[in-house]
Amino acid sequence: MHPVIPELSDPTALAAALGDAGYLADIGLATAAYLGMKMHRPIFLEGDAGVGKTSLAQALAEVTGTRLIRLQCYEGIDATQALYDWDFPRQVLHLRAAEAVGVTGTDAGRALEQSLYDRRFLISRPILQALEEPGAVLLIDEIDRADDEFEAFLLEVLADNAVTIPEIGTIRAESPPLVVLTSNRTREVHDALKRRCLYHWVAHPEFEREVEILRRRLPEASEQLITEVATAVRRMREADLLKPPGVAESIDWTHALHLLGARTLDRERAAATLGAVLKYQEDSVRIRDTVLAELAG
Amino acid sequence: MAAQLGSLSLIERDDPGASIIEVMVGFARTLRHAGVPASQERLQAMVAALAHLDVTRAADAYWAGRVTLCSDPEDLERYDMAFALYFGAQQATGGRRVPPPSVARAAPFELSGGDPHGERNSEQPTFAAQASRHELLRHKDVSALTPAERAQLKRLFDLLAPRVSARRSHRYRSASRGRVDLAQSVRRLLRAGGEPSQLARRRRRTKPRRLVLLMDVSGSMTPYAEALLRFAHAATRAAPARTESFTLGTRLTRVTRELRLRDPDRALAAAGRAVPDWSGGTRLGDTLKAFSDRWGQRGLARGAVVVLCSDGWERGDPAELGEQVRRLARLAHAVVWVNPHKGKDGFAPATGGMVAALPHIDSLVAGHSFAALEELVQVIADA
Repeated sequence: MHPVIPELSDPTALAAALGDAGYLADIGLATAAYLGMKMHRPIFLEGDAGVGKTSLAQALAEVTGTRLIRLQCYEGIDATQALYDWDFPRQVLHLRAAEAVGVTGTDAGRALEQSLYDRRFLISRPILQALEEPGAVLLIDEIDRADDEFEAFLLEVLADNAVTIPEIGTIRAESPPLVVLTSNRTREVHDALKRRCLYHWVAHPEFEREVEILRRRLPEASEQLITEVATAVRRMREADLLKPPGVAESIDWTHALHLLGARTLDRERAAATLGAVLKYQEDSVRIRDTVLAELAG
Repeated sequence: MAAQLGSLSLIERDDPGASIIEVMVGFARTLRHAGVPASQERLQAMVAALAHLDVTRAADAYWAGRVTLCSDPEDLERYDMAFALYFGAQQATGGRRVPPPSVARAAPFELSGGDPHGERNSEQPTFAAQASRHELLRHKDVSALTPAERAQLKRLFDLLAPRVSARRSHRYRSASRGRVDLAQSVRRLLRAGGEPSQLARRRRRTKPRRLVLLMDVSGSMTPYAEALLRFAHAATRAAPARTESFTLGTRLTRVTRELRLRDPDRALAAAGRAVPDWSGGTRLGDTLKAFSDRWGQRGLARGAVVVLCSDGWERGDPAELGEQVRRLARLAHAVVWVNPHKGKDGFAPATGGMVAALPHIDSLVAGHSFAALEELVQVIADA
């Protein structure tokens, strides 16, 4: 069953649809995503960790009513993990089974050899899955962690929306997937790849938007707690920390506080749960002495 | 931010006859002058993007251009400025504060002047004499060179090729010895019709580490700036994708892109233009912190060989410098400090900044002469 996909006439409509899916995008991000869908270009998202790059892909999949296919990059990733691989054990089994039955003659031998590279022995990895599934959302997460050899390979696939498997032939996407690439900028991604993409820098949300995000994600948390967390987190971002908290962290923090039964942000519980929002000891010490010191005890 | 743009019309801006394309081409030109490499291909993407949007709405035009023409956070500020300039909307940048253009200081070295062939016109010395003169030149402090000597030394820099030590990568290569490569072995087996044949083996590949050069360009380092930048250029030429260069002054400037120009003089001129704070003061601790915050911690310095070129004169708090070098040392594979004063007689790391940093660095080298820079090449290779 295909869910009804709302007709998205402009970025504002997409932003509204994303909002219904629980993701609050600003107009810049919505425009980038809208253009990505209309122009069939990959969307390249950069920004600090935890600003919601990955969640956008999830929300887009929900909006378009398709599956999200995720490829997490890491150093050393190659085509057998990203594209396809042969199911070697099954191939060997098939071969042994044929031998047991007794295949003789050159024609039968050739047929056997061909049957070894049958589609059923091919394991589809995320990119191939995305090409085979019409309109899928393909998230290529943290492309900066993969090495440059992989980038070159990715470029090829994204350019043609097709993959050539020597034993089978070319598999082409009926309708190209919507590709979302994310990067945390641990290294610079090659220009050739960026050129194919629509680039968007995802910034930390403004105060009102953050409050709204917290409200949506944690409807059970108290209104005052949410406002106070958003205020404290905003101050932390201005405090020049080693790792400024992202939205993911403020959601975690609010959740932790809520679970402890907090209705407001008090000093004691804030200090106890600080590990949910700050990830460096130096940062925790600084914030304890500044932002937390000003909270009501 | 684009919400505050109002409703400027792209078409009304010029005479009504001007097409959108012409306006866009003009805008791209402005953008290129502002330092955003808005290529033809990207421009076409912008025009294509506009076809899907409402071209008369400034916000749509703003975002269509931003997602297609920019490719780096550094581009965004310039894009905002160029957009404001070209479309005449002062509010176009909205909440983003654009820093006032800083008063540019000229680079402390002359690039175009001087006879490129050095002392060609003077009497032709014998081969042996020339060789010994080269040897002298190699050991001379670069701050004491005459323009002619400097021109001669320039050519020596072409010979430098700093290489960085390698680490084990996560990729494999096939090898005659090593662990069994299962996938490859089975592939061979299938090819042989199911007969077990020779096992394939594989080993980890190695991968050169990244080299990060941080060059102090404050007043006290001025005499060495050119030599250090030439060194950085040589390193960039040797491994363009694995070398990152920054200058540290009153602010941090990334000059990696500029130094990728192949011709050394053009590269240096470009870097000279990019750096706004030549021969100014320095707050080494603060700029190092800016580096670690914006680049180092994200991954640029992780596992890299970081070379910090400075005399350690710190106007700020030496303790802060010590702390920042410590942080850098934790991120990086090795931290090499290049201090030109080390090459001078009676040097002791006595400046407050040096003393604070010393416990955290892996090696301290001189780098005041060409020979000392050659030594630096070796230190980097062994790091």
